[in-house]
Order: sequence, then structure tokens, then C-alpha cells
Amino acid sequence: MSRATTAGLVRGGAFAAAGIAFPFVFHAAWIVNIGVLTLMYAALATAWNLFSGYTGYITLGQAAFFGLGAYTLGITFEHVGVGSGYNPFYALPLVGAGIALVSVPVAWIALRTRHMTFAIVTLTLLFIVQQLAFNLRSLTKGSTGLMLPTPRFPIDSYDTPFYLAMLALLLAGLALCWLILRSKLGLMLLAIREDEEKARGLGIRVTGAKLIAWSLMVWLSAMVGGVWAYYLTFIYPESSVDPLVMIGAVLMTFLGGRGTLWGPTIGALVLVPTQQYMITKLGASQLYLVGYSAVFMVVLLLLPRGILPSLRGAIDSRRERRRTHREPVVREEAHA
Amino acid sequence: MSAALLEIEGLTKRFGGVTAVGDCSFSVPEGSVTALVGPNGSGKTTAFNLITGYLRADAGAIRFAGSSIRKPNPVSLARRGLTRTFQQARVFPDLTLVQNMVAALQQPWRAALRRAVRKPEQARALELLEEFGLARLAEERAGNLSYGQKKLLEFAAVLMADPRLVLLDEPTAGVNPLLVDQIEQRIRDLNARGLTFLLVEHNMNLVMRLSDPVVVLDHGTKLAEGSPDVVRTDPRVLEAYLGG
Amino acid sequence: MHQVIQAIILGVLVGGIYALMASGLTLVFGIMKVINVAQGALVILAAYLSYALFSHVHIDPFVSILIVTPAMFVLGVAVQLVFVRSLRGPDGSELSLLVTWALALGIEGVLSVIFKTTYRVTSPSYADSSWSVFGYRISEVRLFAFVASAVLLVLLSLLLTRTRFGRAVRATVQNPTAATLLGVDANRVQTLSFGLGVSMAAAAGAVYGVIYPFNPGSHYDLISRLLSIVVLGGLGSLGGAVFASLGMGVIEAIVAVEISPVWASFSFFVVLLAFLLVRPQGIFGVRERVL
Repeated sequence: MSRATTAGLVRGGAFAAAGIAFPFVFHAAWIVNIGVLTLMYAALATAWNLFSGYTGYITLGQAAFFGLGAYTLGITFEHVGVGSGYNPFYALPLVGAGIALVSVPVAWIALRTRHMTFAIVTLTLLFIVQQLAFNLRSLTKGSTGLMLPTPRFPIDSYDTPFYLAMLALLLAGLALCWLILRSKLGLMLLAIREDEEKARGLGIRVTGAKLIAWSLMVWLSAMVGGVWAYYLTFIYPESSVDPLVMIGAVLMTFLGGRGTLWGPTIGALVLVPTQQYMITKLGASQLYLVGYSAVFMVVLLLLPRGILPSLRGAIDSRRERRRTHREPVVREEAHA
Repeated sequence: MSAALLEIEGLTKRFGGVTAVGDCSFSVPEGSVTALVGPNGSGKTTAFNLITGYLRADAGAIRFAGSSIRKPNPVSLARRGLTRTFQQARVFPDLTLVQNMVAALQQPWRAALRRAVRKPEQARALELLEEFGLARLAEERAGNLSYGQKKLLEFAAVLMADPRLVLLDEPTAGVNPLLVDQIEQRIRDLNARGLTFLLVEHNMNLVMRLSDPVVVLDHGTKLAEGSPDVVRTDPRVLEAYLGG
Repeated sequence: MHQVIQAIILGVLVGGIYALMASGLTLVFGIMKVINVAQGALVILAAYLSYALFSHVHIDPFVSILIVTPAMFVLGVAVQLVFVRSLRGPDGSELSLLVTWALALGIEGVLSVIFKTTYRVTSPSYADSSWSVFGYRISEVRLFAFVASAVLLVLLSLLLTRTRFGRAVRATVQNPTAATLLGVDANRVQTLSFGLGVSMAAAAGAVYGVIYPFNPGSHYDLISRLLSIVVLGGLGSLGGAVFASLGMGVIEAIVAVEISPVWASFSFFVVLLAFLLVRPQGIFGVRERVL
């Protein structure tokens, strides 16, 4: 095993251990609740990054799949029954896979278009799913909203199972990203991000690679939506297909660093607690929205590359300076 | 002359009212270094883009390695052994040189989850980089290379997949003279080993030294085709170049 | 049949207003490859301005166009200078999508603080009157709104074809580099066009508030339609935006009477997806050049 691999595994293991220990150390319900939300956003941001960060195609439709996951679980509860307690969690991978499968043909159409159009078309998906949630009343109960049975978890640690479920999804997402970044698929995705036309000229199957990353993104997002629905036990169209949730995940990815492994998680760790603090301080959603947009602007305009890449850039340039100090590198000059 | 590896017949492309390539026919014999030359704006790069599927032709037939290519598509053409470089050197700037090389290997899907750069692939990449004089930069980001080095890297990378025909778009444009010699030498070596080239090139001395046959385009149509000596003395060619 | 024709009339009238908003959006994209997601929020902002002018100073909403539009032009110029101009580099376009989205959230937040989230509608005395032509009902405000949009669109096209500024704009759309070499001040063209795009939203917003009830959150509904329109029309194509707006108006109106109003906007999104399957570049769009 190479040194980088070991370091990666150690980092991941430490993060997982700290994550698991957290709710048992701080068991106040409100803290665990913030933990659930932080992990939820971290998982969503990691999923978003898995597609958009690695391929360079920005999708604005993630909330659609989050909502589909939430509703699919809710509807299954209503009409089929997925058991109670922990059982619904075990059904989630299947629910997510089903949604991912359905999303692939749509993504294929959307991917026929180029970057900007793609972003807009995926945004359209969000509105399509929201409309479906409003209109398919026999399934979704429309704007009245759908009630899920409340699981009988012990009151004093009610949040913990959801916390662990979100953590499991985040870890799954991180593991996927880590594997992909080290694999040939990752190489293909990065090539697409850097120069898609060139990648095609080399025979890289760009659409297939993008679709794989896409379906993983959908799979994760839908599962996160499912856990979220089960946690809140009440979903309605505006809350479960909420552009704000997705834009939050995007913002966290940008803050932490697009295309990096840990960036989205770091972004969520910084922003979600801040966000929750702002909600309690500023109260009702109105001023909060203004603050949110201000933070968003600041991140995008001042730190567009994100925390991790900026740090790495700083470290690299320092190392470079030290090296050029010792042995000047002679490079051929181009006269282009 | 040996059999044609690539045959172009009646290739036509119009942009609005302008005919960029009009009823253009030529062929690239297997094992040759064929050059496509012509004054600026004569449709050379457009022809390249049509052949490699980056542009859709309005009319014309393309045959590669004996089978006709109905709808050229860069991905499938590359996987069948027809690959190209671009006029402005295009590499993946954030990937290292070795990663750039390995990315150009055409993997089947079942290899997608294998390690990005495997040992034998690394060895092959280093070997090629060595030939192109880039081995000491193997772990650099490609974005840090000089323009000429990027051209070399792009050239080296397309060789990773063992193509049958390489289309080089201005391989020496904007490159310093030392590197030009190196690129020329690489083309000669590879050609001697059986690789076929089609190149667009402005450096006429290089073309005349290196290529046979030479195809001359003017205003999107073929003006002349033949050995360098024949083309050089063709009055129509002289007129096209000098008469403007 | 009667119902369908009535629906088509309604659809065209509605489409005209969307055409005004969408042309601003697509114009800005054509010039600087920026999608202004805040276009919907700016429409709503203008609707509130016009609403405030009407309810406090009793200025007719159609007259208020003359006040709201220049004011929002200035705002647009400011937004371009502060937020949009700094977005350069390869990711600039995509970043602009998010920056303008943040701007939309900010506008929504400020409006919610000032006006709360109750629905408003600007209702001048003639708001509910209509004419009857061959048995078809034509609402007065909708016709006024359509005429106002049409006049503004004609003015826009005159501006683009007959003036020096228009020539600079068109040159920039076709080839930014060449335009710069020919002495076009790209920065100035971009800033002014962004202002122009926003003032189209403003003019449309002033009349929007007369026709539809709105609240600060209404911008999502607007922008979802506007984005679909500009993609369907072909990003950057003014004619495409107008054409797609009318198409959307008609499709939605027909679905509303023939099937159900709740499926109206849904059906348009589906039409968009189906269309992209055949023609990814939109009706009048050109494929984004890659080489």
C-alpha cells in the first residue's frame, strides 16, 4: 500500500470514528439535530461534487432527486409499508437505485446539451418534480403534504439513528469519491472536466462516464432525501423539493473546494452550524434569507476556488519557491 | 502505391453561404506521411474536423481502413485507430504528464474501477515520454509545460492507444526550432515503424522533406495531389500561393 | 373549438409579456455568456415598485413603466459592476449562474422583510374590464400589457439595428475578440446591456403585477419558465426567445383549458425536454462552437 493510500485510510477512519462517537458524547437533542443536518448537507454536497465537481457540469437539479427519494419513501410507507424502526433504512439503497435508473434517460437528454444549457435543463427537472408532487394528489396528497409514521425510537436518543444513517450515507459518498478519484473512471471524469472535446478525440466515452457519475449522485441524493423524510415524518412539495437545500449544498461545495474529496464536508461543517445559528438569531426566514445570500456572494466572489484548493495552492507555491531557490529549473521557451 | 487507409470523396461543408470545403477528394495511402497544404483559409482544418467528426459534413463519403464511416464521431473513430491532435496544443492542464498519457489509453468499461495508473501503463507512458524528451517532467502538471512541450505531450499521448492513422494539425506551429527537429524526427521514426500520418502544416520545407503525397487545397477544393516534386512545379499551386 | 381559440388568444397575450422578460435574459447571455437567474426576482422587484407607486402615489401601472424602467436600468448597471464583472475565467459563466441566484435570494429576502409574504396585485380601475370580439373575451389589461411589450420589443430591435450601440452589441455577440479589435469597448457594452436586460425585466414586472398576484417567492415560478423559454428558443437568440415565449403561452393556455390548469407549466417543461431530444441547441440556437 502506498503512503498516500495509508494516509487516506487513516484520515477516513479517524473521521468515521469521530463521527460515530459524536452523538454519544454530546447527546443533547438539539446538538444531535444540528449533527443530522450537518451530515445531511455534507452528504448532499459530496453527492453534488461527485458529479458536478468531477465532470465540471453544474447540475441545478439535485433537489429533484432528494425530493423523489423523500416522496418515494413516503409513498411506499403509505401504500406498501416498509416496516418500522430501522427497516426503512435498509430499503433505501433500493429506492435510491430505482430513482437513479429512472433518471438516466432524462440525464441522457440533458447531456446532449452543453454546460450552460445543461445547468438550466437540470433546473427544469427540479420544477418538474415539484409540480408532480403538487399534482399527483392521489399519491402525494398534493400541497397538504404526506405524513410518515413516527418510528418508536427511545425519546432521549430519538435523533441518533437518523444521525447514524446520515453519517453512513456521507461515509458511503466519501468512499465512492475516494475510489473514483483513484480509478480510471476518475481519470476519465477529470479529463472531461479539463477539456471534453480533447477527451472525445482520445476515444474517452464521455457520455457513459458522465452518466455513471450522474447516477451515483442521484442514488446518494435520493437516499439522503429518504432519511430526511423519515426524520421529519412530514413532507410537502415546497419543503422536499427545495431549491434552497440544493443551493446550500452547492454553496458548501464551493466553499470547501470543488473536485476535492473533503471539500464538501468541510464546507458543510463550517456552514450548517453557522446557518443554524443564523436561524436562531435572525428568526423568521426573511432576514435569514438576506444573510444567506450575502454569505453566498462572499464565498463565490472572494473564494471561488474554495478552501482546500486555495490552501493547497498556497502550500504548492511555497514549496515551489523553496525549490527554485535551491535548483533553478530551466524550461524551454515557447515562441508562440 | 499501397492501398489507401483513408479515402475522402466529395467532402463538402458550407457555413452560411461560404463553402469552407467543397467537393474535396483525396486519399491517404497506408504507411505514408500525407500532407494537406494550402493557403490560409483553404479549408484544411475544417477538413480535419469533418474527417474526425467534430463537424458534420453536408455531403461526402469517408472510408477508413476499408469500411465506410457514415456518421464520423470522434470517440468511435479514435477507438478504431484514427486519432488527431489540435492546432492549439490541447492537454489536460491539471493532470500530470503520466496521467495525461494514461487517460489517452482506451479502456473498456470493465476496467473503469481499476487503479487510475497501473504499473505497466506507467512504464509504457514513461517510455514514450522518454522518446519525446519529456520523461524528467513526468510528474509535473501538464499546465506547467511550455507551449512546444504541450505539443509534444499531445503528440505522445495519442500514440498510447496504438493508432493506425494520426492526424496532426500544425504539429510545428509556434514551436521553437529545436523542438521542430524533434517532432520531425518522431514522425519519421514512427512512420518507419508503420504508422500512417496525415498532417496539416505551414512549414513548407518540412512538408517537402517529410511528406509524400502532398495534397494541395485552395478555397476548399483539391488543387493538386502528388509527390512533393510534382506539386512544387504545378503552375496552379504556384498561382494559388503567390497570386493570392 | 371556441375554447381553444380563446386559449390561443390568451396564450399569445401572456406570451408577449414573457417575451419581454426572456429577451432581456437571452440578450445578456448572448453578449457576456451570463445567465441572470435573478431576472425573475428583478421582475418581482419591479412589480413591487410599480405596486408601491400605484398604491401610495396613484400612478397608473402602465405609466409607472416610465419610472421603474430607468430606475432598474441603473440597478442593473450597478449589479453588473459589483457582482458580475469580476467573474472571469473559464468558470465565469457557471459562477454567474450561482452569483445571480444568490442575488435572487437576496432580493427575495429584502422584499419579504419589507412587504411580508402576502400576495399583492396592482389593481387599477380597469383591471377587470374586457372587450368582446367575435364572442372572444379579451381582457383590457392583458391587451395593454401585450401592446406595451410589443412596443418595447420593437424599440429594442430598433436599438439593436439602428444605433451605434446596437452595432457594437451585435458585433460583440458574433465575435467578442474581433469586436474589441474593431474598437468596441467590451466592458461598456457588457455593462450597458446588462442594464438593458434588467430594464426589460423591469418593464415586464410593472405590467406583470397588474395581471398576476405576486409575492416575494413568485420569482421561482417566473425564472423556471424564463429559463426554459430561452433554452427552447436557443440561448442568445432574441427571435428564439420571442417565438418560444409565445409557444409557451399558447401551450400552457391550451393545456389549461383542455386538461387542467395544474398541468399547464408542467406540460411546457416536458415539451422542452422532448424538443431538446431532437434539437439540443434550441429552435434558433447554434451549437456552441467547441473548436
